[in-house]
Amino acid sequence: MKSRMSTLLSLIKRDKYLLLMFSPIFLYYVIFMYVPMPGMLLAFRNFMPGQGMFSGEWVGLRWFDQFVNSIYFWRLLRNTFLLAFLPLLFGFSIPILFAVCIVEIKNQAFKRFAQTVTYLPHFISTVVVAGMIINFLSPTDGIVNTLIAKLGMEKVNFMMDAGWFRTIFTSSDIWQSFGFSSIIYIAAIMGIDPEMYDSGKIDGVNKFQELWHLTLPSIKPTIVILLLLSLGGIMSVGFEKVYLLYNGATYETADVLSTYVYRMGIEGQNYGFATAVGLFNSIITFVLVFAANTMTRRLTKMSLW
Amino acid sequence: MQKSRSDRLFYGFVYLLTVLAVVVTLYPFLYVISVSFSSVDAIDKQKVALWPVGFTLSGYKMVLQYRELWVSFYNTLWYTVIGTLLNIVATCLAAFPLSRQQFFLRRKLNFFIAFTMYFSGGLIPVYMLITSLGLYNTRWVMVLPVLVITFNVMICRSAFEGIPNEIFESASIDGANELTMLYRLAVPIIKPTLAVLTLYYAVFHWNNFFSALLYLGKQDMQPLQMFLRRVLIMASPEVMQKMGGTMTTGALAVSTLQVRYVSIVVSILPIVTIYPFIQRYFVKGITLGAVKG
Repeated sequence: MKSRMSTLLSLIKRDKYLLLMFSPIFLYYVIFMYVPMPGMLLAFRNFMPGQGMFSGEWVGLRWFDQFVNSIYFWRLLRNTFLLAFLPLLFGFSIPILFAVCIVEIKNQAFKRFAQTVTYLPHFISTVVVAGMIINFLSPTDGIVNTLIAKLGMEKVNFMMDAGWFRTIFTSSDIWQSFGFSSIIYIAAIMGIDPEMYDSGKIDGVNKFQELWHLTLPSIKPTIVILLLLSLGGIMSVGFEKVYLLYNGATYETADVLSTYVYRMGIEGQNYGFATAVGLFNSIITFVLVFAANTMTRRLTKMSLW
Repeated sequence: MQKSRSDRLFYGFVYLLTVLAVVVTLYPFLYVISVSFSSVDAIDKQKVALWPVGFTLSGYKMVLQYRELWVSFYNTLWYTVIGTLLNIVATCLAAFPLSRQQFFLRRKLNFFIAFTMYFSGGLIPVYMLITSLGLYNTRWVMVLPVLVITFNVMICRSAFEGIPNEIFESASIDGANELTMLYRLAVPIIKPTLAVLTLYYAVFHWNNFFSALLYLGKQDMQPLQMFLRRVLIMASPEVMQKMGGTMTTGALAVSTLQVRYVSIVVSILPIVTIYPFIQRYFVKGITLGAVKG
């Protein structure tokens, strides 16, 4: 016992500067990350405003029960899944395709220009993107409706129509992210051994065959990892964009778990119930990330942890 | 002969798709910029399609003399500069010990921070913590709760790990301690990675809307994004009227569109001007950390 203490002390003494460096970070993680964790227990308590985070009588699964049996449950679950899954379904292949194009472009100036332009939307704030969408689609002075009217068709009030929300959300998501997502594929393609292409040329393959039989198989590990990673993130639909784009008229297709937690908890001060919904969301996310990670490890022998 | 024809077809597709991608991303911005410089009359008759019609700066004059824009601009600048500075210092301080093979707590602390990527208290407990710490409606609420982003610490850590250990060993023989090694050796070596991380953090702070929505009720502390939300999304008539000043109602109705588009241009200008300079580090910096994670 005594010798273990003294080895520990000598280790601390040896690494004192590293410990010193890390101590503010340690404090940060404890305060802002670890202290709120037991706050989750609010989901099982009847919290009274004005009291501390760890107060209130225990109510068991009352909030979960209330949530699962509410009329919003399936709607929220469906919307959360769809708004995460649709961008993935329609958007996943586009960055790969775009990366293939960028690598093949010989004109350096055009290549740089195309890359610079397509990365840009990734850096624009969600507020601006949502603002552009709403203003472009405005029924009075939006450019889209102006065009529709010029073509002699009926104007559409896109933002007030629940039927349009998923299309708008998905397509704008793809618009915002495809360029930047392609970077990782571009790097993967550049990392392919050039000798493979040389030997391909000797065998007389054309560019299409080269793409199908050489390039895509070579970047398959990257594709698989990114696909599984995004599957893990499927329940964490961004709060911001939904919050900025939706309104009472489109809740039917737009309201997701995170926006519901915000409305119930922050706006409605219904802390216990909102924490329960949030916890429900985290549990599903955690299961999905875990499953995705296990699958990645099986398939590619690489994993996140 | 057949081969070259199919190859030509391939390159045709490549250029076609790339041009399409460029047009689709660029056009919305071009349109916004053009409207922001067009005359009210041209906007009213919806003549603007690609280039500005009836060039004028009156939209900019109107928006730029609006006090609230400058207040929120200043606030965002404050949050971005102070926040990014703290982020970079803290990220290095976190990543360096985690990258040192001999550090006896390395594995434990790695897990300690990685765990928070997969498990968190959730919105409500965090909100209650921050209000009970007295951070609500203070400037620090935009900076302290996001002192580091764990994923960025991981990227920084792999960059430090890429430095050959011999360099540190010889420095240690010369009498350098770990603090000196970090400051004099490690940081200068991973400058490209730090440039990318600086960009990431700065963009995050510049665009951070969520924290302000939750924790900043006071309008004079709110960042640009909250101002933009009032102008662009809620199209707050009050803001529009204040900006429009004494204009007639007919002209006001049109110029609100211009006000919105000018605000977009003004708000994205800083990022658009800075980012081409850092862009060249992207592929290097990102692939360094991303998949290895």
